Amino acid sequence: MTEKQPLDGDAFYNALMEAHSGLSEAESHALNARLVLLLANEVGNLDVLTQILSCAGQD
Amino acid sequence: MRYDYHQFETRTPPELGGPGQAQDCYDVAIIGAGPVGLAAAIDLASHGIASVVLDDNNVVSVGSRAICWSKRTLEIFDRLGVGQRMLDKGVTWKVGRLFHGDDAVYSFDLLPEDGHKYPAFINLQQYYVEQYLVERAQQFPDLIDLRFRNKVADHTDHGEHVTLKVQADDGAYQLDTKYVLACDGAGSPTRRRMGLSFEGQTFEEHFLIIDVEMPESPFETETPERWFWFEPSFHPGQSALLHKQPDDIYRIDLQLGPGADPKVEATEEKVVPRLKAIVGDKPFTIDWMSVYKFRCAKLDRFVHGRVIFVGDSAHVVSPFGARGGNGGIQDVDNLCWKLASVLSGKASSTLLESYDAERLHGANENILNSSRATNFMTPKSPIEALFRNEVLRLARQDAFARRLINSGRLSVPCVLEGMALQTPGAGPVTSGTAAVDAPLADGWLLEKVQGQFTLIGFGDVALPVVDCARLGIAQQHSDYTCIEDPTGLALQRYGEGIAYLFRPDGHVAASFSHPSTEMVTRALRRAQGLSPEKEAAA
Ligand SMILES: Cc1cc2nc3c(=O)[nH]c(=O)nc-3n(C[C@H](O)[C@H](O)[C@H](O)COP(=O)(O)OP(=O)(O)OC[C@H]3O[C@@H](n4cnc5c(N)ncnc54)[C@H](O)[C@@H]3O)c2cc1C
Repeated sequence: MTEKQPLDGDAFYNALMEAHSGLSEAESHALNARLVLLLANEVGNLDVLTQILSCAGQD
Repeated sequence: MRYDYHQFETRTPPELGGPGQAQDCYDVAIIGAGPVGLAAAIDLASHGIASVVLDDNNVVSVGSRAICWSKRTLEIFDRLGVGQRMLDKGVTWKVGRLFHGDDAVYSFDLLPEDGHKYPAFINLQQYYVEQYLVERAQQFPDLIDLRFRNKVADHTDHGEHVTLKVQADDGAYQLDTKYVLACDGAGSPTRRRMGLSFEGQTFEEHFLIIDVEMPESPFETETPERWFWFEPSFHPGQSALLHKQPDDIYRIDLQLGPGADPKVEATEEKVVPRLKAIVGDKPFTIDWMSVYKFRCAKLDRFVHGRVIFVGDSAHVVSPFGARGGNGGIQDVDNLCWKLASVLSGKASSTLLESYDAERLHGANENILNSSRATNFMTPKSPIEALFRNEVLRLARQDAFARRLINSGRLSVPCVLEGMALQTPGAGPVTSGTAAVDAPLADGWLLEKVQGQFTLIGFGDVALPVVDCARLGIAQQHSDYTCIEDPTGLALQRYGEGIAYLFRPDGHVAASFSHPSTEMVTRALRRAQGLSPEKEAAA
């Protein structure tokens, strides 16, 4: 992946962990699923999403 | 080679030495001769202010405590007269390398450019730092009264002065002082006595901290680095940190699982096999080992009437990021010129409010960074562990994910931008920023900008007559001293044709492209907490 404008990584990570705080495993799964869908909508480009999907799928 | 602890000499305090020996009221009494209290005494002395330093102990810090001292601390210590000595003895490093399992993930360079007197970091045991500070303090016999084994048992704030009750070997006594600096550490008895709340986050995990002496280096690199492992094979599921110190001593921090029994873990039986897994067959001896639990907490205010909290007594952090001692030294740097101005009648006591505001800002920043790093290292739930591991996995290819890895955001100078004393300016170095160093024909820029208010012109800019020191860089002027900029780095960093007003702690107070006497005077008065108009008497 190429890098876009810098994100405050620590602040983002902290907010993500807070969003999960206190959730059960099933609730966390559901939150993650909703996040993926919302972020996909933000990206809004199938080529980019396909690229991200394959990038994330690599081991 | 282990450190050779010496007991400092103790003397009968003048209060117990017979009539007429003691002073009626001291300017400043400092409780605690840790790095912060000692640095404060030297800083005040550098401004001509006398102090009495009271410590319940008579040896330097024992065991595994601070080792990483930041560039900014070294620059402050340069002004206090111990920076070069620390640099000479310390182990210089700037690269941090991160591992996940047994694989290198990436490395970061904390000071990728040349042209600075001091490096990003040195490692030096706290006992050396305290020894150097004590020896430096002893060079001011008329201004610094060091009293070891003088324990402060109580204090009463009378508004205009404070009375301390002190217990010394020769007996108990009282002394009066205009100001008290409570530099009495994380467990501050002064803070407890005043019943002040000290709230924050306590981390559940234990960390095992070991100092080992080992003649052969465990690093595969030529120069020492900071090595950090997430889930190394030698310590499954946990994290580990390795640093080199002087005298062939290495610091190893091992995270222990939340369920670990600290008493069992801090035994040779448990520790030796782990160390062997890290360093292989290299011979070593254990110098010190201890188990710590960390917390991040602070006071809501640092200035309480005539009692001012400085260093760990005011705020504590977990050590990942080396923000404890380094934060405390920045407190000293920020406070002492202000207190000296107040005591010598140049400023009103309201200037001390800016210490409160500026250093609370610094403490918040240090706590934010230290707690985020500790949280990243100690996932609290399976989902946190999952995200952490996937970040580490992605980071091998993806630069974005590397930025999310947090093994400690190492101490950087606090920026005071937008706060009351600073005047927004024209230069590329923003008002509130600590001076950026550069080499000059005669020494280093940082040696010129600290200690007193100084107006410096970079390149083609004439400096007006003002009530502070002046210096020209890469310009010719007959009114004030001018120095060459042989490498061009000073102008490159500060901009061509710009004048900067530096505070005594080396922070930029203002900058100007066309400075006039009136403009600089206004900024100077603002930086001293004075009203914009000159009063008739001033
Ligand atoms: C494992 C570990 C690693 C660390 N690593 C780093 C690091 O790499 N970098 C860094 O910057 N910081 C680090 N720190 C933090 C650093 O050690 C502290 O921030 C620093 O010691 C604070 O200095 P201080 O002078 O405020 O307090 P202290 O060093 O605690 O000194 C307080 C002094 O007050 C005295 N005192 C207490 N009560 C009284 C009394 N009633 N009367 C008289 N005297 C009294 C004590 O004897 C002591 O001498 C680390 C800490 C730990 C525990």
